[in-house]
Amino acid sequence: MTSLWARVEPLLARVQKPARYIGCEDGAITPRHAPGKVSWLLAYPDTYEIGLPNQGLQILYEILNERDDAVAERTYAPWSDLETLLRQRGVPLFSVDTHRAAGDFDVLAFSLAAELVYTNVLNMIDLAGVPVRSAQRDESHPLVVLGGHCAFNPEPLADFVDLAVLGEGEEVIGDITEIVRDWKASGRTPGSRDGLLRELSKVPGVYVPAMYDVEYDGPALRAVTPKHADVPAVVHKRTVADLGQWPYPKSPMAPLTEVVHDRLAVEVFRGCTRGCRFCQAGMITRPVRERPAEQVRTMIEAGLRRTGYDEVSLTSLSTADFSGIEQVTKSINPAGCGTSDQVTISLPSLRVDAFTVGLAGQVAGGRRSGLTFAPEAGSWRMRQVINKLITEEDLYGAVESAYSQGWYRMKLYFLTGLPTEADPDTLGIVDLARNCVQIGRTHTNRASVTVSLGGFVPKPHTPFQWFGQNTTDELRRKVQLVREAGHRAKGVTVKWHDPAATLAEGIAARGDRRIGNVMERVWRAGGVFQEWSEFFRLGRWEEAMAAEGLSVDWYVHRHRDEHEVLPWDHLSAGLHKDFLWHDWQESLAEHGLPDCRWTPCYDCGVCTGYGIEHVVASPVAPAGGSQGTGQDLTRGGEVPVELLPRRREPEIAVASDSGVLA
Amino acid sequence: MKLRIRHTKLGKIRFTSHRDTARHWERAVRKADVALAYSAGFTPRPRMSFGLALPTGAESLAEYLDVELAAGLAPDLDDLAVRFSAAMPVGYEVTHVVERDASSSPSLQEDVVACTWVFTLDGVECAEVSSAIGTTLSATTLMVERERKGQRSTDDVRPAILDLSVAPSTDDPRPHLCAMLATNGRGLRPLELVAAMFPALDPVDTAARVLRTQQWIERDGVQREIIPASPVAARAPVVCA
Repeated sequence: MTSLWARVEPLLARVQKPARYIGCEDGAITPRHAPGKVSWLLAYPDTYEIGLPNQGLQILYEILNERDDAVAERTYAPWSDLETLLRQRGVPLFSVDTHRAAGDFDVLAFSLAAELVYTNVLNMIDLAGVPVRSAQRDESHPLVVLGGHCAFNPEPLADFVDLAVLGEGEEVIGDITEIVRDWKASGRTPGSRDGLLRELSKVPGVYVPAMYDVEYDGPALRAVTPKHADVPAVVHKRTVADLGQWPYPKSPMAPLTEVVHDRLAVEVFRGCTRGCRFCQAGMITRPVRERPAEQVRTMIEAGLRRTGYDEVSLTSLSTADFSGIEQVTKSINPAGCGTSDQVTISLPSLRVDAFTVGLAGQVAGGRRSGLTFAPEAGSWRMRQVINKLITEEDLYGAVESAYSQGWYRMKLYFLTGLPTEADPDTLGIVDLARNCVQIGRTHTNRASVTVSLGGFVPKPHTPFQWFGQNTTDELRRKVQLVREAGHRAKGVTVKWHDPAATLAEGIAARGDRRIGNVMERVWRAGGVFQEWSEFFRLGRWEEAMAAEGLSVDWYVHRHRDEHEVLPWDHLSAGLHKDFLWHDWQESLAEHGLPDCRWTPCYDCGVCTGYGIEHVVASPVAPAGGSQGTGQDLTRGGEVPVELLPRRREPEIAVASDSGVLA
Repeated sequence: MKLRIRHTKLGKIRFTSHRDTARHWERAVRKADVALAYSAGFTPRPRMSFGLALPTGAESLAEYLDVELAAGLAPDLDDLAVRFSAAMPVGYEVTHVVERDASSSPSLQEDVVACTWVFTLDGVECAEVSSAIGTTLSATTLMVERERKGQRSTDDVRPAILDLSVAPSTDDPRPHLCAMLATNGRGLRPLELVAAMFPALDPVDTAARVLRTQQWIERDGVQREIIPASPVAARAPVVCA
């Protein structure tokens, strides 16, 4: 393997933001390649600015480079100007660390957080000089691996990847490394690739699409079955039981050029059991595992000292729920972080209540740039359907608290196109925003609220996986309703996502293997960077669907029934399908479901099935707000709770609390 | 205490922008645990001010910035240079840290009158370079059409060219062009000079390497470097001789 730097360097004088391609970040590791080591190229299929801060990639980069038998470098999707030059001059995709050709690595591993980057994956495989279809690769080519949330339905990419890894990567990358290392040592003999894939398919968490047959029954899926007896019928996700065992990244990246999250990030917990029914992340990352507060504090201090940042973001799916939050925020001492400046702590994913805003105010270090809340739906009825149990009182309390502490700009996130959503629910969005502005105006004339409206895409492994997504026309109509009402509301600005992109996302999110050809057509027609509006054209997707004889309506807008075989039924995040179906029915009945961190287990299947449990320092819900805790039913009306009958499995009695069985 | 810092920017790091360099310095100061004075106001900022922007892609032996330390600090300046170098990304070396008498010197942006650049040229013979230098220096005007901030204009850039010569090269057989360019007014960017001197060639391909070697200020009618790199370089542009 040799460096392509001499060929890349002259191109960089001709492209926008060339610093994206040079590596050299603080925190970058000097990779030590050796013939006996497995070389991983960790790829993020979006621009450097978006990909560099990705924590998953940074964590795996460190863990692999700490191993004696592995070495890891990074790459990101080159922007179109560089891609054109690379193709013109025959230079392949390269790593940013040492500018090695991507095709020279043993493993090319993509982290996928969103569906619209799928075509970038194909483009990057192709730019690497590797055949895009798995079946056309041989022993000389890298293994193409896919991880991240999208791995829970990788079927649209099944023909292009060799492995999809379900769940958290810390442990499974070691298992994969060892098998690939032994295969390399045995000489990578011709014809051995199939045996390697078969061996890998036995690793828990590893799904090898080529090892499964897919049968159809007309447009419907009949079955996905393993080709061999030793290949598992259902692949289960991997989960790290104790986050405290994995204090990564130890050497966080500080980039040389501007990126989307230009601050230190410390992950305070994984998983979320708020149970929002639209939220795939909350469903597939269960259970909740907190990092010990003391470890969070030392990671903040060491990270700030190493990087020179003066701002840290405490990341998780809902950071105010971290039971050590006050302990951490009160104990941060700038001197311990190697700075005499004030340390700013930012809390993404704010919970909607006054307590949380008070916390945000204490730690924001005087900065009042803007606060974002996500009520997600405009009416209490709708919020019960989606199980985002925020009362209007919670929201107004949060907003009052924010304005009184000096914030004057709020952003409210909403989804539209939710199950059972009727026009009064949609219009309720503007009512909420208008009331927030009114509260603000009692504090400042500058008070303003921005409503950000996204079209809802039902995701696999959620209670809404059976729901037929709204059509583009219907979403446009709803957006228009909100816009018109927003025009009449003083201080309210409405922003919205393009419903056309929502449709493309819907095709990819619940697609099966037949969608693979659609992906290839969209990519070959020039459809890369599809989440960037300047590159997105729905026509490419519609033409590709038509050319493959596939119905958009069937894949996207159709309601599924209980017994339909879903393309991801053979992949498991631990959630019982009958729990999800039950929760879907509960949703339609407008029944909420409380957070199982602080209320009895309703057996979604994850803890009981995997013999793991919540790691939470506090047995009671955090102060403030009734949001989904099930513990404060005095506000916003009744939250009916119903428990599923619990399964009889021996580990249950050991793994969780007792005395709450139905 | 007010300090003036001189540093290099060499290698891959040259592809970072002037704004990126400012961010590298903000983090490096914190990493080196050097307390700076802060501006007053609603969002206090550390007191740092940067010199003339170096174009993205160009390297330099002579970049400057001014910083003000927090009240009461009087660190050893040589030690500070070592600490800053260690805290900055690879490719930067802090060569000088000196105390600055703010009352007698204006800001870097106002003070600098000219910069010396050395270009490593690709695809041209030494003789062509000499001939282009002769033609350019003997011309009374040199009209260049250029665009800045969306405005197209045709300007006479000849007054901005103070000196041109072929620079001696030690280890690279390619011709080296040495140019002293004025920085007042709209000035002349390094690549604009190459485009004007070799109109038939692509300036990006031709200027394989662009290196700023000196920044000049004027005192009592004499040009000198802001902080002399060495006794030799402290005199007029000897590098180009």
